[in-house]
Amino acid sequence: MSDTPAQSVAFVRETAIPPSPAPANASGIVKWMRDNLFATWPNALLTIASIYVIYLILAGTMPWIFNGVWSTNSLAECREVLDGTVGACFSVLTERWNQLLFGFKYPVDQYWRPLTAFLLMFAALAPVLFFDLPRKLLIITALFPFVAYWLIWGGTIWTPLFALLGFVAGYLVYARFVTQSFALGFFGGVFAAVVVWIVTGYITPMLAPEQPLLEAVPSRDLGGYMLNMMLGLTCVSLSLPLGIALALGRQSSMPLIKWICVIFIEFIRGVPLITLLFVANVMLAYFFPPGSGVDLFLRVVIMITMFSSAYIAEVIRGGLAALPKGQYEAADSLGLDYPQAMRLIILPQALKISIPGIVNIAVGLFKDTTLVSVISMFDILGMIRGPILASTDWNGVYWELLGFACVVFFVVCYSISQYSQWLERRLATDHR
Amino acid sequence: MTTIPDPQGGTFRLSMLLNDTRYRSMTLQAIAALILALALFYLYSNLTANLRAAGLNISFDFLGAPAGYDINQTLVDYNSQSSNLRAAIVGILNTLLVAFLACITATIFGVLAGVLRLSNNWLVSKLMAFYVEIFRNIPVLIWIIIIFTIMTAVMPGPRAFRGDAATSSMLMDLFAFTNRGVYIPGPYFTRGIGGEEGSVVNWLLVIGVLVASYFSARFMTNRANAIQADTGIRPNTLWTNLAIWFVPLIVLLFILGLSWDIPALKGFNFQGGIKIGGPLIALWFALSIYTGAFIAENVRAGIQAVSKGQTEAASALGLRGNRVMSLVVLPQALRVIIPPLISQYLNITKNSSLAIAVGYADITATLGGITLNQTGRAIECVLLLMLFYLVISLLISAGMNVYNNAMKLKER
Repeated sequence: MSDTPAQSVAFVRETAIPPSPAPANASGIVKWMRDNLFATWPNALLTIASIYVIYLILAGTMPWIFNGVWSTNSLAECREVLDGTVGACFSVLTERWNQLLFGFKYPVDQYWRPLTAFLLMFAALAPVLFFDLPRKLLIITALFPFVAYWLIWGGTIWTPLFALLGFVAGYLVYARFVTQSFALGFFGGVFAAVVVWIVTGYITPMLAPEQPLLEAVPSRDLGGYMLNMMLGLTCVSLSLPLGIALALGRQSSMPLIKWICVIFIEFIRGVPLITLLFVANVMLAYFFPPGSGVDLFLRVVIMITMFSSAYIAEVIRGGLAALPKGQYEAADSLGLDYPQAMRLIILPQALKISIPGIVNIAVGLFKDTTLVSVISMFDILGMIRGPILASTDWNGVYWELLGFACVVFFVVCYSISQYSQWLERRLATDHR
Repeated sequence: MTTIPDPQGGTFRLSMLLNDTRYRSMTLQAIAALILALALFYLYSNLTANLRAAGLNISFDFLGAPAGYDINQTLVDYNSQSSNLRAAIVGILNTLLVAFLACITATIFGVLAGVLRLSNNWLVSKLMAFYVEIFRNIPVLIWIIIIFTIMTAVMPGPRAFRGDAATSSMLMDLFAFTNRGVYIPGPYFTRGIGGEEGSVVNWLLVIGVLVASYFSARFMTNRANAIQADTGIRPNTLWTNLAIWFVPLIVLLFILGLSWDIPALKGFNFQGGIKIGGPLIALWFALSIYTGAFIAENVRAGIQAVSKGQTEAASALGLRGNRVMSLVVLPQALRVIIPPLISQYLNITKNSSLAIAVGYADITATLGGITLNQTGRAIECVLLLMLFYLVISLLISAGMNVYNNAMKLKER
């Protein structure tokens, strides 16, 4: 019964008490540590073991890194400077910096050319990687291969110009006829491009000046990390269209086309890349017309492109298989023919699904470009194991050089995989 | 009622080859076949022309000729007078050896790292994430070379083990880590068949006993399952199974007189025991940690793929922690983990071809390396090499398909 008069109540709290802070061991960093580091006894032991491992790693590397010497000209000098203390001879990196990046034969006064190409690469890649950028920037991407070729190899400017002309002619013919039929436009475009290339192939030697604007550099003079970047970028971009074609061929209802693609893909995926590089090194030359003298760089590009296109084809096939059947049926019921259905409905969705897989293949491929050092091409690893470690100045500087190679590959591969994760989040349009 | 007559009553026009869907695929395939035949003919004619110009022919006779080079790590008898074919077989066995060893250790590393990465312990999971990212993003060839450098440049030479002022000592007086390789105790039989020399029969006996133990142990487990299904009480199988595994083995080894040949420093080098060459260790360990990082990601994905509801449902049924793991989570996670795991095994086998970079005599280094360079039979050697890897890959994929079909979710 609540007939007690209000006056008899001694005290009524009318405002809420401000919440008192949580006890010290249930809040802040202490709580976090209790939850995440020392939750149970085994957990605490694991934590201590981990801290010990981290301590061992840091104690082993940190003095070595921070005591490093950056400005000597040989290992003997470096050892003198270090005077028995633990320390790295990073001076091998500074002294051989150009060799690590460009190989040992690229003309020294021409280093600005690959550097320019490298900087242009970012401009060319940006509109491909980030969709928000204005689409007009894609023109740079389209022009980049020709500019980069001219910058790196030099020689007469007409070669890349005519190659570009062939593509332009092919595109114009394609754009003219594609409204009638895709096949007509596509094959007409290919035909026009080939005609332009054959005709200009005869003209180029006549136009080539005695002293080209940029001195010609033969492929065998390329080397260092530049070679890894070039192989990786070229082979990934070439293998994308090939991989799409192979994936579509494997899904095809035409048995002959299907089996050609299946045999190609399974064969390539069944053998290690190194055997394909052997093919490029010792065998492929036999399959070119006698006397054509296709250089090793091109042969390696051909084999690596075949290699990665088989893997990309499998990723895209996964994307095609993941599309609901309704999409194919919807395209059919709209009356689209096969090229239209693929171009407008199937491929945009299938490629979107396969982007993470394709990026994984690209990272793997970039790492695999180090394998060319086995067939005596002087990429960064070939430079380290060959000319640099074999020189009298730097015989025995393993860890600085190998560590550098680790760092450059890690930076590139880790950024690509982070990009892929970002893209995956951005493209996730369903179930959030 | 009108009937619609069949269009084009049997008349066939040439344009129908392209415009009629009934015939179009035939036309396209015919064109494709033609282009393929032309391309193959073009390549073949180039090949024959080039070979004629170089005065070469295609012949596999070189396989019978003496190889003329030594291999320092062999599983079967081999000397420099053996044929190239035998060198290739040595290479094949070496490839299989390193692939087998690396598959086992990579699985151990991968499962450990994958499970620990899901640990509640923040530090441990970050450490494992660090391991995975570091190893996945650096080429395996660099790892192989790094570990090979450790094996050759950091390990002490046999000389360091000598004398009173030795700078190095053997681990527990059993293992010697030198820059020429690692020496471990080797087992041999004092009372075995074939006397001191030893014979393969002894090892076949050991394997036979192990196989028999496996089937007996499986029989015991099945019997226990049957009894549990009938009565609801599971007989304790732990001790019987341990006895089945160990008692016959120990008895057999005692009868054969198992003994250990411990490596010892004699002259300039270690003698006795089993020598594991630096290249083998480099390749084995590098492939294990590199592939282990990939397997860790597969394991993590597999465990995370089992929805939390499954764990909760199992707990609601009253299962304890370890039974939840073994009866509910693992069987479902394995279905996700095993297919990529097998393709990682395939990758290990293919990546073992990088042996050539550190001088381990696998098939790529013998057939594709020294034999190729000495005989100049490039085309034949590379073709045989590819054939070998292709057969291995196809066998592994066939195994994977059988497994996938067996493990497929049986719905309705």
